[in-house]
Amino acid sequence: MFGLNKKDTTLFIIVAAMTLLAPFILNPFPTDSALAQFNAGYPDLMQRFVIFGILAIGFNILFGLTGYLSFGHAAFLGVGSYSAVWMFKLLSMNIIPAIILSVIIAGLFALVIGYVSLRRSGIYFSILTLAFAQMSFNLAYSVLTPITNGETGLQITLDDPRVLGVSVAENGNPPVTNLFGLEMRETFTLDLGAWAFQFNIGFYVCALIMLAAFYVSVRIFRSPFGLMLRAVKSNQHRMNYTGLSTRPYTLAAFVISGMYAGLAGGLMASMDPLAGAERMQWTASGEIVLMTILGGAGTLLGPVLGAGFIKYFENIFSKINDNILHTWFAIMPDGLEDLLVTIVHPFVGKGWHLTLGLLFMLVVTFLPGGLVEGGQRIAKALSRKKKDEPKTPDASE
Amino acid sequence: MDAILLQILNGLDKGSAYALIALGLTLIFGTLGVVNFAHGALFMVGAFVAVTVQRLFNWSFETVDPTKTDFLGNPAKVKTPYVESWFGPEVGAAMIDWSVPLAILFAIPIMIVVGFVMERGLIKHFYKRPHADQILVTFGLAIVVQEIVKAYYGANPIPTPAPDVFKGSFDFGPLLGLDTSLAYPYWRLVYFGFSAAIIGAVFAFLQFTTFGLVVRAGMADRETVGLLGINIDKKFTIMFGIAAAVAGLAGVMYAPINSPNYHMGMDFLVLSFVVVVVGGMGSLPGAVLAGFMLGILESIASMNVIKELIPGIDQIIIYVVAILILLTRPRGLMGRKGVMED
Repeated sequence: MFGLNKKDTTLFIIVAAMTLLAPFILNPFPTDSALAQFNAGYPDLMQRFVIFGILAIGFNILFGLTGYLSFGHAAFLGVGSYSAVWMFKLLSMNIIPAIILSVIIAGLFALVIGYVSLRRSGIYFSILTLAFAQMSFNLAYSVLTPITNGETGLQITLDDPRVLGVSVAENGNPPVTNLFGLEMRETFTLDLGAWAFQFNIGFYVCALIMLAAFYVSVRIFRSPFGLMLRAVKSNQHRMNYTGLSTRPYTLAAFVISGMYAGLAGGLMASMDPLAGAERMQWTASGEIVLMTILGGAGTLLGPVLGAGFIKYFENIFSKINDNILHTWFAIMPDGLEDLLVTIVHPFVGKGWHLTLGLLFMLVVTFLPGGLVEGGQRIAKALSRKKKDEPKTPDASE
Repeated sequence: MDAILLQILNGLDKGSAYALIALGLTLIFGTLGVVNFAHGALFMVGAFVAVTVQRLFNWSFETVDPTKTDFLGNPAKVKTPYVESWFGPEVGAAMIDWSVPLAILFAIPIMIVVGFVMERGLIKHFYKRPHADQILVTFGLAIVVQEIVKAYYGANPIPTPAPDVFKGSFDFGPLLGLDTSLAYPYWRLVYFGFSAAIIGAVFAFLQFTTFGLVVRAGMADRETVGLLGINIDKKFTIMFGIAAAVAGLAGVMYAPINSPNYHMGMDFLVLSFVVVVVGGMGSLPGAVLAGFMLGILESIASMNVIKELIPGIDQIIIYVVAILILLTRPRGLMGRKGVMED
């Protein structure tokens, strides 16, 4: 289907179903139950899942295929956000032109940065991209304040000179982002017994775009171009010796991956028309790397999984406080309860980053292929057991 | 002219910090071939050793002093630090005053142990893995260390004053025969002297001791040294400890200049990496040279005259220089042939 082989079609359909049914899947617990805090089916968080999914898919095209580790990808995200917000300010609140502009601008940025950085590889490439990203971040904070609005961040105001559309909506607030009249923040709630499922327009727009992005990435992975990128990863020298110049290929991968990041940035601004420089800081770049590695770099599904995983636990873990911990361990004797709470305390709530760092170290050390490799190993172990079972009597004979 | 001189002086202390961290990074890279993203965290841990020592020395107990009363007429409680009651009031007060320099004594063993644990416990397993994996795992480690420090000390910077003697500044004006005054804080002068001493000590250690000779041989050709029957891994572990101690000492002494906070290591790390790359990966003199050079350039770029000429240059000068150098001199300023080339 759509030029995909059978295996990829299945994968794509599974991802599509999971994404489109996310409001149900992420909301398994009744609203009033004690477990409702583990629900993730609210619009804001679901939007973040798919947007960071796009970001990680794009990063994976660069890192997963070519092995070039960019530590400056957040710069493209930030550039995308800024261009989208400017489009909202100047042209219209429709998200289509904003997203198109953010993809184009991020692509141009990636072209310039990639052209320079890709002259070197390995650690030097990482440092060069890092330097470029830090440069953009510092400039956005200081001299570019007329464009970026410095520390406050760029946002919609009441006196924006919007060409198509009004500066102030009827209710006196700035108008909201929309897609031909469909407002991004509009949410329908479906009450089914004890459950309340939320369907948000913005989420579905992002989800459809993410599916398109995922489809494109599958096609890139299976194309001759993708094969060429893999060859760069396995042995660039040999490629050069065969008379092939690898630069155009790696540059194309870099630009595509930068455009994905710009798309994610544009969508982020479309959901919430605000852009701040902290989106470009190198820790943000680090987070993108984390997502991709955690899920499994070089696999199709990995980055999406990683992005979902990190964003889910970031949200859930950071909400857990001592009171909640006490209710969890309430069945234990008092002393033990307090002890457990003290042990768990540093890892939840504000300590989420500690858990993230530890998790990351464990994954890099023991599971370099990420969650996807973990899943494959489990699946392999299970199937081997099944195969082994009939053999065991033979061995005993 | 004197404005430029002042900026050069100002650049020296930042440059010293860059040089010390970059020196440690290069030591680790040159010996073990590991790209250590957690090196900034070691610098930060060093600064927090200074904070901890200052707190320990200020740890006090309360006694009721019958001769004094507080403003309500009740007998006043007087806090006496334990060190004052143990060593006598004068020695105790001096210890509190001099807690940052004294922290050096604590920092050296602590940092060496931290370095050993890090190398034996984690980094050892990453020698054969790609550089990307090394970057990632040490990046994770840096986050963990940073978060642990944040959990204990909070997110706010903690002021850690230098000894009273070094408060105030030294006037370079008359010394250099200028009519204008050229004030420069004493502690920064101390910092510069201190880091020059450390750099000198590291170089002397590598140059004039048998141990240093073996380590240098190992940096040049690890396999051959191993074939000669020398346990080079053990020596390199010790070098990791030394590199950690250098970063830690840089942190201890930097605490009075910038109040330590949990992310100071990350801020320095990015710049130190740029410094290492500019100096040439694996080149110790290159790291020191590039550290001072970039520190001074950063200071000069922050002069108003230059900022008016090119707005924003002070924010990006280091990165611009790094990009230019990497593109024109791929091995950095003093990079050796065959180190980290692809």
